[in-house]
Amino acid sequence: MLKNTDAQFGLVSTYVHWLSAIMVFSLFAVGFWMVDLNYYSEWYKTAPYYHKAFGLTLFFITLFRICWKLINVSPKELGNNKLEHKLAKVAHLALYGLLLLIMFSGYLISTADGRGIELFSIVTIPSMGELFPNQEDLAGEIHEIAAYTIIAMVVLHIGAALKHHFVDKDATLKRMTKFK
Amino acid sequence: MKKMTLTLVGLLALTASQFATAADYVLDTKGAHAFINFKASHLGYSWLTGRFNTFDGKFSYDDKNVGATQITVNIDATSIDSNHAERDKHLRSDDFLSTDKFPTAKFVSTKVTDKGEGKIEVKGDFTLHGVTKNITIDATKIGEGKDPWGGYRAGFAGTTTIDVADYDFKASWAGKIQLELLIEGIKQ
Repeated sequence: MLKNTDAQFGLVSTYVHWLSAIMVFSLFAVGFWMVDLNYYSEWYKTAPYYHKAFGLTLFFITLFRICWKLINVSPKELGNNKLEHKLAKVAHLALYGLLLLIMFSGYLISTADGRGIELFSIVTIPSMGELFPNQEDLAGEIHEIAAYTIIAMVVLHIGAALKHHFVDKDATLKRMTKFK
Repeated sequence: MKKMTLTLVGLLALTASQFATAADYVLDTKGAHAFINFKASHLGYSWLTGRFNTFDGKFSYDDKNVGATQITVNIDATSIDSNHAERDKHLRSDDFLSTDKFPTAKFVSTKVTDKGEGKIEVKGDFTLHGVTKNITIDATKIGEGKDPWGGYRAGFAGTTTIDVADYDFKASWAGKIQLELLIEGIKQ
């Protein structure tokens, strides 16, 4: 089943979710590593190039994901804890918000001087120019803080999923892990 | 005794007259007729240039007593501009200038020597990244005179080379940087 139902995430949501998860972890790891690369490292130029290209790719995936979410039903929350349902909603919104914030701030670093960002060799995503003073520095701070924050949120997200699976023993994790 | 006093008075008068004739100039940064450029080798294959966009300074100068020249320049380190936002961000970061901690750089002359034929050697303390080193700027006087708008201007060009190793940068990049000062002062 491609689409979501009241009880189950569809294949599209599931695959896009796990693809995003892999990309978020990889982008974070590469970002964490590449900022301290030695100038003479062979990765000094290539790591940022791929970090940006995959970041842009994740942005387009996320746009699609949000659209898909909006035109699909979401599976009903499990359990009867209304507060938990509310917190889960806030946490999920925060994850989406942080994703967009990280990608947009990253874009603003590289495009602060009018240069575009190469999406592999396919196309160059143009700059919107300098939108505010000290753009590359301010956007850089936001990018870094938001990246650490999303990792903290992801830890919470994983913790919550495991809690549902092992403590509540409900289907929360199972309905996001049906791959066919 | 009287003679000695007279000599002293004479000396003092002479010194005072020297101070009196040395005019004070303020760098024309408002009209952007002053530039602080830098030049660094890229991998030994080419030159990379950039500049500091924001700074101010003043100098005293007297054609007849060049040795009494004094110059002070304050540089806003955050205004570094190499025409590439990502690189400038990196240059401001704690790998290089750490502008959060050291937002300004400064040059204060300590000894100025007239080398003749318009050549001037300017020794002074250059503070960058919180480190102060005595450097020597080889300067040339370009010219001085009235400007068309009722003012009086004097201009100089100077170069010096600093070794980044002297300034405790964290970065793995190493090498020498040429600094070029092109300044025009307006007489006060």
